Amino acid sequence: MSDFLLHDENDTVGVVVADVEQHQAVKGRTLAGKDVPQLKSLSNISLGHKIAIQDFEPGDTVIKYGVDIGKVVKSIKTGEHVHTHNLKTKRW
Amino acid sequence: MNISTFKGYRRENGRAGIRNHVVILPVDDISNRACEVVASHIDGAIALPHAYGRLQFGEDLELFFRTMIGIGSNPNVAACVVIGIEPEWTKKIVDGIAETGKPTTGFSIERNGEIKTVAEASKVAKEYVQWASEIHREDCDISDLYFSMKCGESDTTTGLGSCPTVGNLLDKLIDAGATASFGETSELTGGEHIVEAKAANKEVAEEFKKVWSSYNDFILKEKTNDLSDSQPTKGNIRGGLTTIEEKALGNIEKLGKKTKFVGVLKPAEAPTGPGFWFMDTSSAAAEAVTLWAASGAVVHLFPTGQGNIIGNPIEPVIKLSANPLTCSTMQEHIDLDVSALLTGDMRIDEAGDQLIDVMMRTCNGRLTAAEALGHREFVLTKLYRSA
Repeated sequence: MSDFLLHDENDTVGVVVADVEQHQAVKGRTLAGKDVPQLKSLSNISLGHKIAIQDFEPGDTVIKYGVDIGKVVKSIKTGEHVHTHNLKTKRW
Repeated sequence: MNISTFKGYRRENGRAGIRNHVVILPVDDISNRACEVVASHIDGAIALPHAYGRLQFGEDLELFFRTMIGIGSNPNVAACVVIGIEPEWTKKIVDGIAETGKPTTGFSIERNGEIKTVAEASKVAKEYVQWASEIHREDCDISDLYFSMKCGESDTTTGLGSCPTVGNLLDKLIDAGATASFGETSELTGGEHIVEAKAANKEVAEEFKKVWSSYNDFILKEKTNDLSDSQPTKGNIRGGLTTIEEKALGNIEKLGKKTKFVGVLKPAEAPTGPGFWFMDTSSAAAEAVTLWAASGAVVHLFPTGQGNIIGNPIEPVIKLSANPLTCSTMQEHIDLDVSALLTGDMRIDEAGDQLIDVMMRTCNGRLTAAEALGHREFVLTKLYRSA
């Protein structure tokens, strides 16, 4: 079983499908079944929460489902938890 | 899988229902009590108390009448008693429902008093429940089926599992000739371009864009912050959803891989033909499902992540979830567990077939979890302040 899933191979975040601990090596795949490179989790991440699969700087766009889901407001390292503390909507 | 027929109740106007309710419908807030007393007196009758029906005007009043007449006209309703404070709006609703041909009688409280009204309405309700008890289920074609879909308390598992399951069902049932509707106008924000591309033609795409833009303009006008205190909800955020864009993209997974939508409906407006329809609705579950019930939908598909527990008094709500935590901690609310999609132990096509099976059993009479738990959320959509 994978630790995280990507909707689209161009996604820059994955969804953790079982609770992940800090420093844990995690494996991911796309919904189409393609493996993505193994990562080390930098945070405790709960089921359903997102993990960064690349580094981000403030102002960067996060891609999920192959589509823009918002802007980064605080630097994020690969393997870190991505949520309301570092990602915001561009719409409202 | 046989999805060609189900056992439904054929109504006077040819429509097919899956439940056989006798409804006691208040015209206004102050007639709720009379309706509740009648329903408590007569076994098998259900009252639908609500908060409005006074001093509404303009488009808001039109929506009110469309909703009340639509609820009484829903094929899941066998017969209807309407009680209002005064006779005119009561008669307007009775006449609207009676156009379906189903037994409908109205009562008004002014110049009668509540006790006399309750006594007279109870006699009629008693006749209706006895009459309805002799209506039997018969074979109905899948083309007679109109269902609605909306998710709630979504999380990231909704977009990974439960919404794509509904999408899989949708593609199969629309192919088979069914009618369906989706909505949640504000919760398409971030994926509205994807929805627009699913319109059957340019006119429908333009109409959709107009409705979505109007709702979005309203939010932009009224907002006092980035809405992160209310949309996504605190439940959405707890489940891992961060932005409205992300929430919308999960929501849109319900729209299937190949189905196009053929038209745009006002809130509570009935589709005029088979196929898939967009309805301009609230994104709040009880409000939205009430609008679909008023448009004639007989069964609702409700994917949930964190566990929204909504039901509706006349339109059964089927819940499915792909969140293993929700499926174990809130098992009594979930009709179908598709969490195996997350572990790779289930294929989406299989999940879609399982949902069709649950849906057809529900259409044939099986009670949903929400029905068994007695959930009857009936919430009218109000567009603006009263006069």
